[in-house]
Amino acid sequence: MKQEMICICCPLGCRMTVCKEPEGTITVTGNTCPRGRQYAEKEVTAPTRVVTSTVAVSGAVCPRVCVKTAQDIPKEKIFDVMHEIHSAKACAPVHIGDVILQNCAGTGVDVVATSNAPAEPHNAHDAPKIESPLR
Amino acid sequence: MRCYDLIIIGGGPAGLAAAAAARAEGVTDLLLLERDAVLGGILNQCIHNGFGLHTFKEELTGPEYAARYMEQVESLGIPFRLNTTVLHLSADRTLTYINAEEGLVTVKAGAVILAMGCRERPRGALLIPGTRPAGIFSAGTAQKLVNLYGEAIGKEIVILGSGDIGLIMARRLTMEGAHVKAVAELLPYSGGLARNLVQCLDDYDIPLLLSHTVVEIKGRERVTGVVIAKVDENRRPIPGTETLYECDTLLLSCGLIPENELSREAGAAISPVTAGPVVTDDLQTSIEGVFACGNVLHVHDLVDYVSEEAANAGKQAAQYLQKKNAAPAGEAVPIVCEGGVRYTVPQALRPKAMPEKLTVRFRVQAPMKNRVLTLRDETGRVLLQQKKKHLAPGEMEQIVLKKEVLCAESAPKRLTLSLEDET
Repeated sequence: MKQEMICICCPLGCRMTVCKEPEGTITVTGNTCPRGRQYAEKEVTAPTRVVTSTVAVSGAVCPRVCVKTAQDIPKEKIFDVMHEIHSAKACAPVHIGDVILQNCAGTGVDVVATSNAPAEPHNAHDAPKIESPLR
Repeated sequence: MRCYDLIIIGGGPAGLAAAAAARAEGVTDLLLLERDAVLGGILNQCIHNGFGLHTFKEELTGPEYAARYMEQVESLGIPFRLNTTVLHLSADRTLTYINAEEGLVTVKAGAVILAMGCRERPRGALLIPGTRPAGIFSAGTAQKLVNLYGEAIGKEIVILGSGDIGLIMARRLTMEGAHVKAVAELLPYSGGLARNLVQCLDDYDIPLLLSHTVVEIKGRERVTGVVIAKVDENRRPIPGTETLYECDTLLLSCGLIPENELSREAGAAISPVTAGPVVTDDLQTSIEGVFACGNVLHVHDLVDYVSEEAANAGKQAAQYLQKKNAAPAGEAVPIVCEGGVRYTVPQALRPKAMPEKLTVRFRVQAPMKNRVLTLRDETGRVLLQQKKKHLAPGEMEQIVLKKEVLCAESAPKRLTLSLEDET
């Protein structure tokens, strides 16, 4: 299997060709440094990504709270993780680092808040709600 | 009229870092003015990760990065006003702002830091023919609607322009269930970072059409499609290459423009290349006591560099207020750009007053490989040379100038920064 990819380790952006032989050996060409080979090998064997999104939050001054997977997850799980994130709901107050979903989509990785969502104050004049301009 | 030592206009990444640095340098009578209902600026809607690799040595999302600076500003007790728009700035540093609580307020400042950021180039500036239906968004507006309010903005998407916000939104909308049909880029190369091309487009098999542009928008009430054509080397559409892409949404990611209405009104000299104020090595504009940093000065690629530059602006403003630079600063020497260097910031430096080490940031006009970045004085003498393996317009470059090297013999009268062929 032959695959073309751009290295993202540094601004050089080397265009690399990665060959994976049936017996498992991986050859990388086009890279200028060892980091490129490392990245390419991971990309063809077990690519991972950090997923970021938002979750609906109730009782807060804002309608959404931002989230991310606490670690990188297997690339092929991105849409499974997104599916769980879509159905999740949080309650204010939410603080950065709060766990929103445990063991998301069976990846063993939690989804945590990356923004603060303070609770809506009783007196609306204190902090007006931030609402979508489309509503 | 209330007089502050320092007023900072804008509470985004630049304003926050500038305020924290000025406070750390001993400025206590300062005020930060922010137009939005929250501090943090554009970072609040940049929910993706990759921020802070240089500053904090870890990958943060935009809101997390902003929160670190907001915590600093809060713990330092820096006063700020939200929902506050600055309406006018004069050369004598008199400033008028407005908000719902205080009404119209005129104040004076010993020093001002401009940190207003930038805004997106709108459709009107792109001269795309066609109707004016709903469904056309600038990429940043789409980002705000999707990320802050959870709005679904469309199902079938075409993106014009391969700037970083456009690429990030291609991924974001795909993850939200939309179908991004293509990203069209007028130039033969992308203006975005390599990691965004890979992780936002390649990961989701979104085609990037280089040397292509939108030549027509179709639809009456809502966008029904866009016509994309290939362009020649002069960026003119090639007849016969038009293809209709049926879609309900067009995103525009076609460049950012520093927001300098206030700077212009005050009479600050504006660079036609950066669209930001012309500054000397202390980030001071052509108006005494008015400093600039962040995207209002020139559009940055990474927020880490914004924070670094803004912290320097805060420090410089503090020193200006404390008159630490009381010795005559001497004439500023211009840095002339040649051989593919598009601009430098600062545009000029004062050899006598400059810091021991000065970071000069620059961008190149086109992608280049294997060049020698060379700084010469007015006699052609080489002051500094650096090999550059790879240069791209989308990536900001920097070079550190040492005072001892620049002023080793006599102070230079003119500096030229160029990219020369390897010999």
